[in-house]
Amino acid sequence: MRLRLRPMAAAAAAAAAVASPIIPSFLHPSRRLRLRLSLSIPRSTQRCFSSRSCVPRRRLTTVAASTAKGDIGGVEERFDVIVVGGGHAGCEAALASARLGARTLLLTLNIDRIAWQPCNPAVGGPAKSQLVHEVDALGGEIGKIADRCYLQKRVLNLSKGPAVRALRAQTDKREYAMEMKKVVESTPNLFVREAMVTEILVGNNDNVEGVHSFFGVDFYAPSVVLTTGTFMSGKIWVGRASMPAGRAGESASQGLTENLQYLGFETDRLKTGTPARVDRRTVDFSGLEPQHGDEQVSWFSFDPDFHIEREQMCCYLTRTTKDTHKLIKDNLHETPTYGGWVEAKGPRYCPSIEDKIVRFQDKESHQIFLEPEGRNVPELYVQGFSTGLPERLQLALLRTLPGLENCLMLRPAYAVEYDYLPAHQCSRSLMTKKIEGLFFSGQINGTTGYEEAAAQGLVAGVNAARHSCGKPLIVLERESSYIGTLIDDLVTKDLREPYRMLTSRSEHRLLLRSDNADSRLTPLGREVGLIDDRRWDLYQSKQARIIAEKQRLKSVRVSGGDLAAEVTLLSGQPVKDSVSLESILKKPHVQYNVLDKHGYGNNLLTRMEKECVEIDIKYEGFILRQQSQLQQVHQFI
Amino acid sequence: MALRALLGLHIHHLLLRRNPKFQKFPNYFNPTSLIPRSRTLISRFSSTVGSGKNLILTKDERVGTSGTVEGLGTIAAIVTSLGGGPAAVGIVRLSGPMAVDVASRVFQPAKRNGEVPWRPRSHFVEYGLALDLEGNVIDEVLAVPMLAPRSYTREDVVELQCHGSDVCLRRVLRACLEAGARLAEPGEFTLRAFLNGRLDLSQAENIERLISAKSVAAADSALAGMQGGFSALVKGLRKQCIELLVEIEARLDFEDELPALDSSMLIDKINLMWHDVQQALDTADYDKLLQSGLQIAIVGRPNVGKSSLLNAWSKSDRAIVTEIAGTTRDVVEAHVTVQGIPVTLLDTAGIRETDDLVEKIGVQRSEAAAMSADVIIMAISASDGWTEDDKKLMEHLQMNQMSTSFATPMILVINKIDCAPSITEELFEINTRIFKKHVCTCAVTGQGIVELEKAVLEVRGLDSIPAGGRRWTVNQRQCEQLLRTREALSRLKSSICEELPSDFWTIDLREAVLALDEISGVDISEEVLSNIFSKFCIGK
Repeated sequence: MRLRLRPMAAAAAAAAAVASPIIPSFLHPSRRLRLRLSLSIPRSTQRCFSSRSCVPRRRLTTVAASTAKGDIGGVEERFDVIVVGGGHAGCEAALASARLGARTLLLTLNIDRIAWQPCNPAVGGPAKSQLVHEVDALGGEIGKIADRCYLQKRVLNLSKGPAVRALRAQTDKREYAMEMKKVVESTPNLFVREAMVTEILVGNNDNVEGVHSFFGVDFYAPSVVLTTGTFMSGKIWVGRASMPAGRAGESASQGLTENLQYLGFETDRLKTGTPARVDRRTVDFSGLEPQHGDEQVSWFSFDPDFHIEREQMCCYLTRTTKDTHKLIKDNLHETPTYGGWVEAKGPRYCPSIEDKIVRFQDKESHQIFLEPEGRNVPELYVQGFSTGLPERLQLALLRTLPGLENCLMLRPAYAVEYDYLPAHQCSRSLMTKKIEGLFFSGQINGTTGYEEAAAQGLVAGVNAARHSCGKPLIVLERESSYIGTLIDDLVTKDLREPYRMLTSRSEHRLLLRSDNADSRLTPLGREVGLIDDRRWDLYQSKQARIIAEKQRLKSVRVSGGDLAAEVTLLSGQPVKDSVSLESILKKPHVQYNVLDKHGYGNNLLTRMEKECVEIDIKYEGFILRQQSQLQQVHQFI
Repeated sequence: MALRALLGLHIHHLLLRRNPKFQKFPNYFNPTSLIPRSRTLISRFSSTVGSGKNLILTKDERVGTSGTVEGLGTIAAIVTSLGGGPAAVGIVRLSGPMAVDVASRVFQPAKRNGEVPWRPRSHFVEYGLALDLEGNVIDEVLAVPMLAPRSYTREDVVELQCHGSDVCLRRVLRACLEAGARLAEPGEFTLRAFLNGRLDLSQAENIERLISAKSVAAADSALAGMQGGFSALVKGLRKQCIELLVEIEARLDFEDELPALDSSMLIDKINLMWHDVQQALDTADYDKLLQSGLQIAIVGRPNVGKSSLLNAWSKSDRAIVTEIAGTTRDVVEAHVTVQGIPVTLLDTAGIRETDDLVEKIGVQRSEAAAMSADVIIMAISASDGWTEDDKKLMEHLQMNQMSTSFATPMILVINKIDCAPSITEELFEINTRIFKKHVCTCAVTGQGIVELEKAVLEVRGLDSIPAGGRRWTVNQRQCEQLLRTREALSRLKSSICEELPSDFWTIDLREAVLALDEISGVDISEEVLSNIFSKFCIGK
């Protein structure tokens, strides 16, 4: 029996349908709604009433509890932190919380889908990679798993400045989920359970007490983190056909939205989509432009234990053709947006192919990337080609692309609509302003992307654990990090489309680089308790090496010689006699490897450390200026 | 003036906080919905965290917006001048969501006697009585309702035109205050107009300048500023900066989807913008002169006709003129207007060695006047030619200037040209280094005065200002921001030339936009983003 009742209607219906002894329980100050089950499961109302009034925190949890044997049949499930949802936010939240020593329960609809990548099989990219580095610097997991499961890695924006340099990894989606699941399952204090949460249990002081599942179990904890992703009242669309689902083939979570609305939260609806997957074996790559990974692989994690190189796979570039555009233009009325049957807003930076073609009429062709989804699966992700067209047109559409003329489709493109809670209802700790101990993170806050989810998950997990043992919550200032910027934007701005992290959202991004994510955040991670002694030692020795090297470059001077000649050549500037290595490094186009080449480098330093030294020296002036601008801004806040 | 102070006080807050929400002023500050909520929030938060415990990075909530909440409400003030002689008409203005309510408690329309509540038609004048709360008639007034958003503040505004005496105005104001309005802070009407997006900051400032304008040119310049001449330039510059930012930033976030950047196009645009900023800055000088005027000291040895020149220029007999050398003992002032700029002429005692105590003091004063003037006019007599005394005096003036390390522009006036029409040209060849211009005049006939005015404008660099001065100018604050903009653009040019990575270009472009924003007051990030998305086809 699946009722989707709005709370007020539910109250009325229940009052009408159930015999009068139930009614006194509604007079109880409790805000809980237990109607669905009371309609279908008979039980001793007498007991129900007395147990509630005597022991407010205890509630009937199972049918067994209402038998003559009293409480013996009911096992009270009590935790410090409950995380609802096992996606990228949920995993980080649960891991952070458990690692801080909180007894943590991770509730997910399907244990086999933990840390699933339902869309793009990739981690990182501009701004997103900064988030990953930052989460790693704070002791999170996403960077390590991405480093472990990559299929291909590339550094983007290589020539555009150190602050926007971005690492992107194509990942093996199955391996990724398996690796994360392993970590989750092997973490002490962390318990996993399948359950669909339908209610938040709220105490008399507007504090969270736990959650209630669809099958009637109550789980208790003083902190609850909701990371429902696209599952809350999720509905997927292919053409005009729709069905309730969080992802294709996975049932949505029903009832929680109504409960949250009943608790006074404002909810709204967003839409996103994912393109079709095609069978790699049916694609002719011979005419397509290959896109290889970097020869020298970079890493998300600051932990060298995870820097294990593996064989890389290739991505391919194809383009839309006249036929593609014609097919779409002829069938616009068949798409949800232009046919007018889906209202929820999709993200601007992830437009469907029909949006691109309608809005940019003059553009004759659009790039489409073909990305492998794993080493052992035939699926190819067709990036840039999400569509709302019905499935019967999708294969024809795919076959208009060069190389895909004879392709077979494995999964159709679909769009998903879901409920989210505009995040101005949270404070910057990600705790909701209404209910103490209730945290939101990930897509429920209106974001999109695994990295954004992981970043919020970490903050929510740390704060949920801290809240459960009465410690003050932490907040990352906007200016401290991309994570801080992300959360500040979420809680202060009125966002009405899925929020994706972009470098242009950060006002002082020169200070928030990937290379200094650890020196910005690892001390905080240490203080919070997520950075163990080994990592801390690594961090400290790295910083010491960088400082020593900067000192060395200041003091070592060179006169003339090959180095000076090459520097003159590279920079087009004369090199004075007895010039310090520091001033040489400050010259345009002179990189640390020039010092290495002429024997002035320092072999004790890793490539990443040399890069840190180079950036600190080369861009010192700009960095100082941004810092002083930041201070000026702070004076006014 | 008070308005400027008030605006100045709020500027930084506004610039940092002004976001799209802010413009929905009434909703945002709705006291019934917001205050109670934030209260419970604060109390709950403090109970959660517990007192005395320190948060690691900072406290959780940005509390402290409550300060602005008190700004809401309906305000009233006498908006015509007070304290002067009795005027025929004076105005009490009400603005705010309750303006009509308050007005209806004070104003009783003559047509529908006693009918309550008063339902005004916007921009429709009604005649009636002003009553105090006891119902006593305190004045006969005209009510001018201007309902939101078609009003100065974009709120409901009611103006009550009373009789102009202080007593009437104060009684009507008091009745309004008793009826529920609160007394407006100085400049608050304009502040509200700014907050509600009716004016941008530079327009608001120009209103203050218009109110306090002392010359026609100053008023014209303020009007041009209000009508948005300068705002349009700032908006244009800002738009161009944003466009460039969009070009660059789109390529940072979506590298593989866009063609490479055309940096020569970029540099061309930056050069154009730099030029525009420079032009705007040039008006700053003019603005200062419009506000404070120009001081011109007329110096020279005795009896070359300085006082006659002053009289001729000011078309008055301000200074006593005799044949006796040393007639002028003290500094004599006269006021003229040159192309709308108020000019103060200072006639000084003839500078010479003297034993006369009074004349000695006069000479000292002459030198002091010359030192502080904006322009020095040195007069010589055409009949005497360039004498040894003239040379000494010139050297003396030069010495003084060197000690202050500031060169006041000097003009040589050859007076009494009627006595020696064939004044030799070689005279000036020696002196062109010192005197930027020379003009021949005849104080008696007024000959050469027009040329002299022209020369004054020229040496002060004001000749490029179109005649009539009907053009906007920039004030001190705007000038500072324009300088910031110019510096940012200069740095940007050098960043590009030095081939720094393109991310560094955005730093100075943003700086330029921020500086421009402080002139008109808006917010960028979201704008750059939405432009990226509307301009480029992006997304995978």
